Amino acid sequence: MPASHPIELLRFNTCGSVDDGKSTLIGRLLYDSKSLMEDQIEALERSADITGGGQINLANLTDGLRAEREQGITIDVAYRYFATPRRKFIVADTPGHVQYTRNMVTGASTANLAVVLVDARQGVIEQSRRHTYLASLLRIPHLVIAINKMDLVDWSQERFQEIRDDFEDFLPRLDMKDVKFIPMSALNGDNVVEPSKHTPWYVGPALLGHLETVHIASDWNLNGFRFPVQWVNRPNDPTNHALHDFRGLSGQIAGGIIKVGQKVMVLPSGQKSTVKRIWTLGGELTEAFCPQSVTLVLEHDLDISRGDVIVSLDSLPGASSELEAKVCWMHPRPLQRGRKYYLKHGTQTVQAVVTSLDYRVDIQTYEQQLGPTELGLNDIGGIRLKTAKPLIFDGYATNRLTGSFILIEQGTNATVAAGMLQPPIAPVTPEYNDFAI
Amino acid sequence: MSSYHLDHLQYLETEAVHIMREVAAEFERPALLFSGGKDSICLLRLAEKAFRPSDIPMPFLNVDTGHHFPELNDFRDRRAAQLGGKLIIRKVEDAIASGIAVPTPGEISRNRLQIPTLLAAMEEFRFDCAIGGARRDEEKARAKERFFSFRDAFGQWDPKNQRPEIWNIYNGRVNPGEHMRVFPLSNWTEMDVWEYIKREQLEVPTIYFSHTRKCVRRHGQWLPVTDLLPPKPREEVQELVVRVRTIGDIISTGMVVSPADTVDDIIAEIAAARVTERGSRADDKASEAAMEDRKKQGYF
Repeated sequence: MPASHPIELLRFNTCGSVDDGKSTLIGRLLYDSKSLMEDQIEALERSADITGGGQINLANLTDGLRAEREQGITIDVAYRYFATPRRKFIVADTPGHVQYTRNMVTGASTANLAVVLVDARQGVIEQSRRHTYLASLLRIPHLVIAINKMDLVDWSQERFQEIRDDFEDFLPRLDMKDVKFIPMSALNGDNVVEPSKHTPWYVGPALLGHLETVHIASDWNLNGFRFPVQWVNRPNDPTNHALHDFRGLSGQIAGGIIKVGQKVMVLPSGQKSTVKRIWTLGGELTEAFCPQSVTLVLEHDLDISRGDVIVSLDSLPGASSELEAKVCWMHPRPLQRGRKYYLKHGTQTVQAVVTSLDYRVDIQTYEQQLGPTELGLNDIGGIRLKTAKPLIFDGYATNRLTGSFILIEQGTNATVAAGMLQPPIAPVTPEYNDFAI
Repeated sequence: MSSYHLDHLQYLETEAVHIMREVAAEFERPALLFSGGKDSICLLRLAEKAFRPSDIPMPFLNVDTGHHFPELNDFRDRRAAQLGGKLIIRKVEDAIASGIAVPTPGEISRNRLQIPTLLAAMEEFRFDCAIGGARRDEEKARAKERFFSFRDAFGQWDPKNQRPEIWNIYNGRVNPGEHMRVFPLSNWTEMDVWEYIKREQLEVPTIYFSHTRKCVRRHGQWLPVTDLLPPKPREEVQELVVRVRTIGDIISTGMVVSPADTVDDIIAEIAAARVTERGSRADDKASEAAMEDRKKQGYF
């Protein structure tokens, strides 16, 4: 029973280098949107008395770990929640230090929108280029460039334009479709929640106004049905007639729409069937869409298990054990050719060997340096992999859920890489293409 | 319905159901921590959403401090039975008796002693995963917690060495002796929990609704008068109309003076609230890093 107007959820992440004022910006959004409670403000004031010489430090709201408060830095992704009457927001505060770029990838992977902070005095620096590149690499649909600390450059429109021009020099190479530039002072609250009186030359919305209205309805992929089978649902209850033969396939729809009566194919086997029921606890549905979690019952009793993918016949994914991908390396132990990892993609985990390191991306120039010997922590590069079983996949640009994977180091079980697949060379041609039941 | 669009509760639900199913599929021996509190009530509903019409494929586990509100334990037992689940209870007092948990002299709170009791239960049943109802909005150390939070062989959390969590792909691999804490409600706020309770028409323990109770004023809080917490000499006992906002132990949970006696009233009260939920818990106020310290040792 949804409310009169359904409240949407927008996920965004903030990124910038040290002292660009990320935590201050989030503190300001929470403070000015009245999302802070008295005891939080009290705790802030208490720590201000102890360490801050009496001045409230909005960054203390997000810097939750002791080491961070002591060093005045943010060392891990912190998630914050606030709401306005129009939307609910999840904010990932992602640190700017070079050594913690893996956290930016973490925060960005689920975001609808990224806010890249730039210090108006410093303009575009290496970190700004890196963060903008990562936002485009991870295909965050919307980007805001927040040019912060404008009060320290006397609200100069020329300075704002200069930085904007610097960005627009390299943005076309990054394939970002929706980019907005906002001049602000997070410390003083200009153009964060309330429009600033210092920027009469700026005609756009304040940041919060933009976050409340940016169009996110089409951020999920609704083309090409993809259903990675997560858990086979067999009640196996011999005493209950209705459940005795129930064989459901539970999972989260990773792309597209499915309707009762629709023909589907199960991969990698290539067997075809029809969707008989879409089961949920709240009642059966006639159709379901990405990213709903449902339980499908098919017309035929096929041999299906976790890791199989059910797809629509009109748009087939790729199926291959030879893969090309971009990876962000997230571990101090570097990636080298010939190494074996576990690769988790959708609901399937397989062994994978890195067969070649094709290039490393120079995040200053965005150029590809061919033939690196290894990829180190925070490097981004192009690699080829061979997997023990074929993956059923799409290119990351087509579908963020079926085009992504992680690599796991054997032994330590550390997550060492985030991977984004290149599109398949050709759609799958199942062995049993003619096998119709 | 022809608009292919989820509202915020539906989004949070599908995210949590996906996580529940990942746990069932990837772990040998998972358990679900169920206290009877509002967050774990949502967890149980999400487990039903994830696994019905099958049985919920994991037992429920509760660490009983011996200082629980009796209404809470009654509700816990009844709800677990309704769902046909197996409820495992391990008591702090048994852990103290067997030397697993050692109180420091004069320590009255059982808060710290829950940690060794829980870890011993994980070992006893060889659980490799425990699903909990913690939320990131509760406290700022929790704001940095992952959905899948790795614990070493000592049950410890290392905030500087967490596995990156990318997209909806969770790395649940653990070696023998290690385990995972999984928090499907990570992205939920207190308001989301109550809105979900309303939408799903879930029953909650009666102490969440206003009732008359004898209280004393201590450390700026109204604490319930019980055998465990008798009034001190010259302390004035007042009969107040109160409810709990968050449930901790009966000796440390501040009662909120409130007339809210329906879920709608509670939602309206939270919307207008000026202090956070954990603002009424004395255990978090001890130091600015109180929660971080407890979590590192193996707190939920």
